[in-house]
Amino acid sequence: MSASSDSSGNEPGRGLLGWIDQRFPLSRLWKEQLAEYYAPKNFNFWYYFGSLALLVLVNQIVTGIFLTMSYKPSAAEAFASVQYIMTDVKWGWLIRYMHTTGASAFFIIVYLHMFRGLMYGSARKPRELIWIFGCLIFVLLMAEAFMGYVLPWGNMSFWGAQVITSLFGSLPVIGAGLVQWIRGDYVIADATVNRFFALHVAALPLALIFLVVAHVMALHEVGSNNPDGIEIKKHKGADGHPLDGIPFHPYYTVKDLVGVAGFLLLFCGVIFFEPTFGGFFLERANFTPANPLLTPPDITPVWYFTPFYAMLRAVPSFAGTQVWGVLTMGAAIVILFFVPWLDRSPVKSIRYKGPIYKIMLTLFVLAFITLGDVGMHHPAGIYPLLARVGTAVYFAFFLLMPWYTKIDRVKPVPERVTGHV
Amino acid sequence: MFKRFLLMASILLPGATVLAQEAYPLQHFDTNINDSQSLQRGARDFMNYCSGCHSLQYLRYNRMAKDLKIPLPELRQNLMFTSTKPFVHIVSAMPPADAVKWFGVAPPDLTLMAKFMGTDYIYSFLEGFYADPSRPWGVNNIYKPNVAMPFVLASLQGVQKPVYKSVTGPDGHARMQLAGVAPGTAGSMTPAQYDQFVGDVTNFLNYAAEPIKAKRESMGVFVMLFLLAFFVFAYLLKKEYWKDVH
Repeated sequence: MSASSDSSGNEPGRGLLGWIDQRFPLSRLWKEQLAEYYAPKNFNFWYYFGSLALLVLVNQIVTGIFLTMSYKPSAAEAFASVQYIMTDVKWGWLIRYMHTTGASAFFIIVYLHMFRGLMYGSARKPRELIWIFGCLIFVLLMAEAFMGYVLPWGNMSFWGAQVITSLFGSLPVIGAGLVQWIRGDYVIADATVNRFFALHVAALPLALIFLVVAHVMALHEVGSNNPDGIEIKKHKGADGHPLDGIPFHPYYTVKDLVGVAGFLLLFCGVIFFEPTFGGFFLERANFTPANPLLTPPDITPVWYFTPFYAMLRAVPSFAGTQVWGVLTMGAAIVILFFVPWLDRSPVKSIRYKGPIYKIMLTLFVLAFITLGDVGMHHPAGIYPLLARVGTAVYFAFFLLMPWYTKIDRVKPVPERVTGHV
Repeated sequence: MFKRFLLMASILLPGATVLAQEAYPLQHFDTNINDSQSLQRGARDFMNYCSGCHSLQYLRYNRMAKDLKIPLPELRQNLMFTSTKPFVHIVSAMPPADAVKWFGVAPPDLTLMAKFMGTDYIYSFLEGFYADPSRPWGVNNIYKPNVAMPFVLASLQGVQKPVYKSVTGPDGHARMQLAGVAPGTAGSMTPAQYDQFVGDVTNFLNYAAEPIKAKRESMGVFVMLFLLAFFVFAYLLKKEYWKDVH
């Protein structure tokens, strides 16, 4: 059998690959997305977290599939089925620890990935849509993590779900009906476990995968930003490729492999030696089955939600309703979407921004970490004050950005990227 | 409304108010998941003193026997009191409904207690009983005030007596507060023997909460060594490829 020549004039490949390429753009996809996707050569440490996020997503999906094979999504059986996975299912303990550690790792990676974006102006034109897709991924990831946390049906699963779903009850008019609609019952119960399972294993992962594809497609359309925050496409060589760009494959595939190895060392260190991570990744109060009659002394979410939980509690009730805290927490997430337009600085990267931005970003990070700590503690003593100051700084970073990025003193931006590591 | 709720809570949860007054610091115990003799003794002691009321409902007899290297005939003869089938879960013979009638509360399942409350808590709890004639069983616990459990280990440890100290309250009046426990009546064990007994049971419950733990940790060493080697090769590969990037 001989391959017939292509009418479009392109030389078709031979063998199996040629056969496929005439029917599916396999080689073209490979070239466009990897072998001939030119990425800036000056990526630093902060650029590992994109590929690592993808790795953890795959980890969550694969381990999640195996967990569903033994998990029972019902209030009566869920807790025992998780213990069955831990003791009776072959390698079940490893699969579950990979999944639980993966959930926390996902948030660590995503937070660092977002911080990178704030440092180097990755959200700025023309990458606004990449940033918005990323924010949508973050929102869905929080919903995914919350519902996944309910599934083991420990006591903190139950009470956490009770608290979080009741937040919707503070909305005027529709609140009460909305909560009942979400729970599928008057309280968190069997119906809730069942529907959260459906959303956690089917609906949200599908939406997440779709958004991740959109995130990467948008990135590969406009090209990656870099620590200098300049466009490498402005200077192209005779071959039409950016002078400061190198093909993603093999250069960044082998470099990301180093990142993967480093990540796996930490990841497996947790899995094999401290899977509960001192109660941060798996909370103590969740090692006892859900009990509607026994409220834990302190209901606290897992660490990755605590900054937002602290903001929720920072706002006192006013005019007879608690809705203000809920709105503040919602606004803390919604405001992220506007970063591309809030930053009015003539330069993108923190390397060439002035001292004000550096101070504001530092304060923002400190506020976020402080809020995370506050959210884990009983709101007494110094904590309510810290929560309010932290919330104020968090919002000031974004709301004052149009002003302080404009008046900030900036340094001249180089024409070409500066070195690589 | 809120006041009524508080009042109700303070009536229904007397333990909570006492606990809020004085959080007595737990004793620390260093568990050892690899001390197989301690684990075997702990299993024996658990089956003899605890399993009458407390279950390990997520652990099977034969799994325990395999992990702790207890021969099956020995398991059947000396450690199984409620069942003859080694593959069943370790479930107490006490009907929970009767337990509620007898003790006011069903004895909690102990499989995950080491993860739920911690091993220090288990160790301290078993060291913390003292004579208190005001309680239904004549004993109280310094680490879990107003505990519902009778002190089933009294024949081993004896019954400790409480030590009070005088504290001036916010109202200016002095009152007596529990400050600790001291040896009381003698049991069949010396204090050192009893400490070891409690340590063995704590070790065993630490095992029961995660039977794979010892294997997980020993396996982890090889995983880390492999990943270290992988890291080195990945780094060398990267260096080789990046030689021509200037």
